[in-house]
Amino acid sequence: MSLAPESEGELAEMVRAANGPLAVRGGGTRGFTIDGTALDTSGLSGIRLYEPGALTLVVGAGTPVSEIIHLIEAEGQQLPFEPMDHRDLLGTSGTPTIGGVVAANVSGPRRLQAGACRDSMIGVRFVDGTGAVVKNGGRVMKNVTGYDLVKLMAGSHGTLGVLTEVAFKLLPAPAAAATLTLEGLDDATAVRAMASALASPFEVSGAAHLPGQGTYLRLEGFEGQVAYRARQLSERLARFGEVATGRDPQAVAAQWAAIRDVAAFHGRSGDVWRVSVKPSDGPGIAARAGAEAVAYDWGGGLVWLLMTPGTDLRARLGAFSGHATLMRAAPETRARLPRFQPEPAPVAALTASLRARFDPRGILNPGLMAPAAVAAS
Amino acid sequence: MQMPEPNLRVMDQRSRIVAGFRRLLPADAVIDAVAETRAYECDALTAYRCPPLAVVLPRSTEEVAAVLRFCHAEGVPVVPRGSGTSLAGGALPTADSVILGVARMTEVLEIDTANRVIRVETGRTNLSVTGAVEEEGFFYAPDPSSQLACAIAGNIAMNSGGAHCLKYGVTTNNLLGATVVLMDGTVIELGGAHLDAPGLDLLGVICGSEGQLGVVTEATLRILPKPEGARPILLGFDSSEVAGQCVADIIKAGILPVAIEFMDRPCIRACEAFAKAGYPDCEALLIVEVEGSEEEIAAQLHAIHEIALAHEPVALRESHSEEESAAIWKGRKSAFGAMGQINDYICLDGTIPIGELPFVLRRIGELSREFELDVANVFHAGDGNMHPLILFNANRPGELERAEAFGAAILRLCVEVGGCLTGEHGVGVEKRDLMADQYAPADMEAQMRVKDAFDPKWLLNPAKVFPLSVSASRRVAA
Repeated sequence: MSLAPESEGELAEMVRAANGPLAVRGGGTRGFTIDGTALDTSGLSGIRLYEPGALTLVVGAGTPVSEIIHLIEAEGQQLPFEPMDHRDLLGTSGTPTIGGVVAANVSGPRRLQAGACRDSMIGVRFVDGTGAVVKNGGRVMKNVTGYDLVKLMAGSHGTLGVLTEVAFKLLPAPAAAATLTLEGLDDATAVRAMASALASPFEVSGAAHLPGQGTYLRLEGFEGQVAYRARQLSERLARFGEVATGRDPQAVAAQWAAIRDVAAFHGRSGDVWRVSVKPSDGPGIAARAGAEAVAYDWGGGLVWLLMTPGTDLRARLGAFSGHATLMRAAPETRARLPRFQPEPAPVAALTASLRARFDPRGILNPGLMAPAAVAAS
Repeated sequence: MQMPEPNLRVMDQRSRIVAGFRRLLPADAVIDAVAETRAYECDALTAYRCPPLAVVLPRSTEEVAAVLRFCHAEGVPVVPRGSGTSLAGGALPTADSVILGVARMTEVLEIDTANRVIRVETGRTNLSVTGAVEEEGFFYAPDPSSQLACAIAGNIAMNSGGAHCLKYGVTTNNLLGATVVLMDGTVIELGGAHLDAPGLDLLGVICGSEGQLGVVTEATLRILPKPEGARPILLGFDSSEVAGQCVADIIKAGILPVAIEFMDRPCIRACEAFAKAGYPDCEALLIVEVEGSEEEIAAQLHAIHEIALAHEPVALRESHSEEESAAIWKGRKSAFGAMGQINDYICLDGTIPIGELPFVLRRIGELSREFELDVANVFHAGDGNMHPLILFNANRPGELERAEAFGAAILRLCVEVGGCLTGEHGVGVEKRDLMADQYAPADMEAQMRVKDAFDPKWLLNPAKVFPLSVSASRRVAA
């Protein structure tokens, strides 16, 4: 049996009436398996408000990401945080929804320059675990009225409430883009080259390194601006080797979509881990991991690792500053290794306390972010 | 301003509590002489004052933890304080509270240009964070106008913004990690130099929580490479509608200026009289600033110039040099000083959807006549953050109250058109009683649950943010 509310009011009633766990899902593209009655949010869709002159968009949480991108592209605007599409990496199907993107705070290469999903968010509406409808923030980009539950909801994976509506600050889409490529750099040198580029005033909006393939830097802006910046940045990076510049819009877009979606791992077997660290720590982490394949984004701060199935990456890495998420693995590995990095006790206690207050019955995606027993206590 | 009845049990224990602090902290870190605690009786919202029970000025996270652990055990309310520049009364003491100031924690702990972060103690001032990394070509982006004085601790508590946030975001977008001391003395580390949170975004909810969830003692901040240059263009229009339309057209054209400032006629006139910046006498004035290399600036200003011409500006002045830029900014930057010279004033900071600007300005004009008080408007037009300045004479009985009522009416208007009560100053005590105009009971209930989780006894920064009637049952139960 599954639930498919068509409105916020209907959803609130369903949550109030629920007598067991609910598995909240958007498009189901991240391959979570959660025990409970499926709660499909795709009926809570639609564009509520779009004001291009104010860079403001308000949409139902179940709205497909593709529909949003189609709409705002027509006005020359974009979601600044460039959300990834998980389907090819995780071998899932379905239609990614904006609520799913928000619930997991999904951010792509431009996170470096324009911020994460949570940084573009200016408002939410949600139904908490008691069935109460809550709103926070709104449709204006500067708002410090009361606590910022918008940030708290971003990345909460549906464990504090079921999102019904989300509001974003958009950005103009760049008129032109270029990719600068360096070849033959080892990982540590590549991270240094990316750091040098990111310390320049040229607003580098993507910095990725694929070992054995190349080191990539993206520039975006007006035509003349991108040409100027490409020249300047090439000079700055000359000490790292020969810099090739690609200016074909389709090719640049395809290249960064591939980096965003970790295309380097598509079609390859093994466990997929996502590690978030201080950029300069990236190569050291990858070396300790002993991975079968590595891909770096965010100037080295986002490390994708393809590991031998069943490897306990966290045990292998030991203590480090950052966190590792198990994105793809066989069920037996999943049963053994938590998806998210375990938190230090006082932080875990706060998290559990928040969850118990927003979802006192422990029915929203139990066990997804923390063991069910903790969530319910 | 109504404040809760002080806890007499705590008041009676004053000398014992102070003695407790003296056991935990060096002698010079505890202030209890009445003449000296008076310096802490208010912040920049000077209309409200109340001397605290005592003031403590710890020098380390450990000392902060010791103080909070003690206050938690003794049931003593704590009011955290940065530099005391809050315009919302965010650091206003209650008679039974202890001021915990971080002003002596000002060290730079780490500068890491390779990872584009700086770690500082939070008593450090906003501008001196930029000062620490400037030579290496970096800056810290959030720039509240009090940046010379205001502390990072207060910036985090209020999620401070500034004139440049259309492009660079506000504090929360530039804060990557923090050391936080909870009310019971527990020290937690959140985030760091990496770019996203592992679990719930606790840092995201602490930022902007007005010091009610914990005391942030250290912060990891994102620093950005300095742009090559910046130059403004000044545009004058016959009506605020046209100026608003011009802003929308600039943004729709794909240009992202680093600042778009708007001034209305009363504000233009006052600034002109004060600063002689050569502003045109018109209904609405825009200052639009763009960044980049010389070529990039020229191209963007040219594009803005073209867009503006279509709206038949009555004035148009593009800066071609540092001197011309300074002249254009001179009037705007002296706006508050100019107002201060005319009279006392209240500065509001509601935010509205930019499309509502003409309507809101018209309504503010009507309200101004109704309340018989003058008002001048400065406005961050790119992000909708308004700063109406209501002029009044504090020496005339009843005028402060009338100005406050006028202010409340403007803020309600902001909410009615889809905006909010405060864009960057915070709720504090000033807007506390208006919260119910923006939020339904369930919305405030959800926020208060967060408070319950972090500070179950409701001891941190009492009587702020939530209307007293709304938080009453929790404060009594605690």
